[in-house]
Amino acid sequence: MRYLPKSDSERRQMLDTIGAASLEDLVSHLPPETMLHRPLAIAPGKSEYDIVDHFRAAGNRNASAYSSFLGAGVYAHYRPVLVDVVVSRGEFLTSYTPYQAEIAQGTLTTIFEFQTMICQLTGMDVANASMYDGSTAVPEAAMMALRITGRNRVLISRAVHPEYRAVLECYARNQQMPVEEFSYDSGTGASDLDDLEKKLNSDTAAVIVQNPNFFGNLENIKAAGEMAHKQGALLVVVFTEAVSLGLLEPPREADIVCGELQSFAISPSFGGPYAGIIAAREKYLRQMPGRLVGQTKDSNGNRAFCLTLSTREQHIRREKATSNICTNQALIALMATVFMTVYGKEGLRELAMQNLAKSHYLSSKLKPKFTGPFFNEFVVATGKRTPAEVNDALLARNIIGGLDLNRFYPELAGHVLLCATEMTRRKDMDVLAEVLSA
Amino acid sequence: MIKKVRSHINRDEGLLFERSSPGKRAYQLPELDVPLVDAAAALGKENVREQIEHFPEVSEVEAIRHFTRLSTHNYAIDLGLYPLGSCTMKYNPRINEQVARTEGLAWAHPYQPEPLAQGCLEVLQSLESALLEITGMDAVTLQPSAGAHGEWTGIMLVRALLTSRGNPRKRILVPDSAHGTNPATAAMAGYGVEGIASNERGMIDLAALERAANDEIAALMVTNPSTLGIFEENIVKATEIMHSRGGMVYMDGANMNALVGVTRPGDFGIDVMHLNLHKTFSTPHGGGGPGAGPVAVKKIFEPFLPVPRLKRIGEALAFDYDRPQSIGKVRAYYGNFGVLVRALAYIMAHGGPGLRNATLDAILNANYIRKQLQPYFDMPYTSPSMHECVFSDDRQAKLGVRTGDIAKRLIDYGFHPYTVSFPLIVHGALMIEPTETESKDELDLFVDALISIAKEVETDPEMVRKAPHLTRTSRVDEVTAARKPVLRWVAADER
Amino acid sequence: MYPDNYRYTKEHEWVLVEEGIGTVGITHHAQNELGDIVYVDLPQIGSAVLQGKTLGSVESVKAVSDIYSPVSGEVTAVNETLSSEPEKLNEDPHGVAWLVKVKLSAPGELSQLMSAADYQTYIGAA
Repeated sequence: MRYLPKSDSERRQMLDTIGAASLEDLVSHLPPETMLHRPLAIAPGKSEYDIVDHFRAAGNRNASAYSSFLGAGVYAHYRPVLVDVVVSRGEFLTSYTPYQAEIAQGTLTTIFEFQTMICQLTGMDVANASMYDGSTAVPEAAMMALRITGRNRVLISRAVHPEYRAVLECYARNQQMPVEEFSYDSGTGASDLDDLEKKLNSDTAAVIVQNPNFFGNLENIKAAGEMAHKQGALLVVVFTEAVSLGLLEPPREADIVCGELQSFAISPSFGGPYAGIIAAREKYLRQMPGRLVGQTKDSNGNRAFCLTLSTREQHIRREKATSNICTNQALIALMATVFMTVYGKEGLRELAMQNLAKSHYLSSKLKPKFTGPFFNEFVVATGKRTPAEVNDALLARNIIGGLDLNRFYPELAGHVLLCATEMTRRKDMDVLAEVLSA
Repeated sequence: MIKKVRSHINRDEGLLFERSSPGKRAYQLPELDVPLVDAAAALGKENVREQIEHFPEVSEVEAIRHFTRLSTHNYAIDLGLYPLGSCTMKYNPRINEQVARTEGLAWAHPYQPEPLAQGCLEVLQSLESALLEITGMDAVTLQPSAGAHGEWTGIMLVRALLTSRGNPRKRILVPDSAHGTNPATAAMAGYGVEGIASNERGMIDLAALERAANDEIAALMVTNPSTLGIFEENIVKATEIMHSRGGMVYMDGANMNALVGVTRPGDFGIDVMHLNLHKTFSTPHGGGGPGAGPVAVKKIFEPFLPVPRLKRIGEALAFDYDRPQSIGKVRAYYGNFGVLVRALAYIMAHGGPGLRNATLDAILNANYIRKQLQPYFDMPYTSPSMHECVFSDDRQAKLGVRTGDIAKRLIDYGFHPYTVSFPLIVHGALMIEPTETESKDELDLFVDALISIAKEVETDPEMVRKAPHLTRTSRVDEVTAARKPVLRWVAADER
Repeated sequence: MYPDNYRYTKEHEWVLVEEGIGTVGITHHAQNELGDIVYVDLPQIGSAVLQGKTLGSVESVKAVSDIYSPVSGEVTAVNETLSSEPEKLNEDPHGVAWLVKVKLSAPGELSQLMSAADYQTYIGAA
């Protein structure tokens, strides 16, 4: 087998050294009733060619050569070539978590740069080395707020990604963490801050809003922050569309920012792997979950980096840890780091401007349901036809339409969520507008 | 003064922020085919930022050199043996990387219509089938993002099942040899943690288990083989004890690389378990992730698995969300699909018989190392080794050299260290897992290195204590890093 | 090394009582076992502590250890120096690196603590 670098004669020599008669001998101490006495019913090993062919065929059974207006937390952005060039280097791809700092400065330095860029983008003081994804970063941020405030109630806007809210609810169930939702304004599409104010009280640990929210609309972060802080609660701001940070005012009023970096050169890949982040004010550092890289010196006095503040983590504090998280998304975070480097200060803004231009070109041909400002997504009614009927008509023109909102918001039945990015072509938007208006 | 590069083949590399200069670019966007929008007018002036202060500004050439130079400061499996115990650092076939980038799969949106996602659903279905065959379990969810996430999902399933029977119970039994994630997971799932000691052979103490397993214990979390690399020979009896008290047995699958094709957890009484696809099934660790931690269960847990589940409608596959007893969603969408693709490609490359051969080679390699190092290092638990072996630094500690020092010296011999000071039940542990993808030559070099270091400890302990000596970066001051945390680069004008 | 006017616990804390106020710290032996201390977590002024119960924790790079209060009472002062200079705990654990001051609520508890001589026997240093 091509991944097993030994000849039979070498195996024989090794067995002789050990003093074993055969390979089977090495597992002969296992109780017989635990042994599997037949080969695994999995087809014999395949060649590289067969494997490539198998997955190419699978890919071809999916949508191919369609244009898409799907966003809703997962966005189609161009992936600069440099991203795969860097993450394909074996030194990054095939290394472990950088516990041995002397031979892991490559990974450690890139994580330090990543933490820095996340702080620059979000306006926060500290950022961790990544979480599994945006959805699991939300409950981690909520649990962090509970530890900081000593309170237990969480308020989350209904305009936060529905799957993120479902994940929070799942985590909350056994954490003595009651989660309550507050509504959104059916006119503007932004969170209803009057409803928030009514529900806020001195038990509230965290107020969670998403910006831009699930409908693509902007939230009034400043007002939400003031309300939360007046009651001694923390403001947690979530983002799913990281490109928006190139143009939008960072959530300076937030205490914790968490979100999803999929937009930064991470393929949609049917839902993962992506990379989440948690960033926060410096004073909350000790309550952060996940790995952190810090700057220090080596014994020759040269700048060096290492994992630090590990006493927060499960391998040391065990059941008292800030989280059970161990594996993070280092390689995916590296993709995002390369992406941020390639676009840089001017490019990320220009990219965000292109997204804004595309979505507003599209919206100018349709009538958005909500009146509030939006970034690259907006909600639109499908009129006399159902979203399914409209989307079928679009599929016939090789276009995947917007997300049918009925699935998550029964009150928005008959509406779809449309997204346009820099990859969306004008001619496809024209076809979409034509089909929707028909 | 002349600025010099360091006298090493890998030159120094500053941070991106220090290389930036206004106006340098590594990108060019396509010409916009729609009118530009006034951001302040569209979004409100108060919502638009002026700039991203101090964000990098470098050219494409500088970007590629930066990351390439940094890469050369890393050790990796592609460079040699990476014997981290319990981490299973095996060769990562490049074909897996290529197929994960297959356009129809990599660009599949999680919300694209199911009829246009059949290729993805088939990948999920195929991997589920293979993992069920390998584990001997009845159902599997591929959604958890990593091992610890799988553990939490699994313990939530235990809680859901026990709750449906009237009492979720209060505590989880965790052996003293367990990974730190186990107790942290139990706490996150709302359980208390009760330790249980190992016996002198490094296995679960059945008498202690008999005493501990009362009606307040929800489950025993067991790692098999244990973190000592020892197969729990009483595992069947242990599961019987737990089941007779109405408790469950959770298996941490971190060490599944020792079992595939030889024995199946489902056949020795395990109720719930997770797999680390980034260990056993060779999806790359990537400097710390991403991974994937599927959870396999016995039939009684099936109704509680996270939504959605796969179902077949005629010829087609679809997602089923109508699962009233489900614990809900453990993460958005359906799991780390790209990692799942890689694991399936790995399983296909080996095939059923090949997977068993890989397991036997992994055990062969560990025992080959054990046999040759035993004269030089103490081994507190001498039960037969599976895929890894654990020594203690007791003999070397008497000369003032600890496992961490030996580990650093190993770097000078061109190897990544073993796992240091874990499991906690071995004082000053050296935990060595070579995996099956090491040649005899590489193992011989590694054994020679450790024997040589054992001799150096006797002749020049001070030199070993100050290792590494040959690396670009010498021993890193972790104390200062923790006392005065510097977690981001700050511009001179902000300091 | 171990002042005679201090009282000691088996968990390696010390207390010096003056006019009903106990100054609490960890012993030289404790700091030596812990290695380089990087962080000290202490209670807030005004909080109540109980003899033998957790008072706070000290951290080295790779370990966290709980500190157990040698006496019961109310915390009246916290050594702020340690938040910025945790290394003082390695340098002068019996002096400048005291942890908290406690207004004793049960002075009788002191009889349960060890003398300097007993403590040194206990740690095998006598």
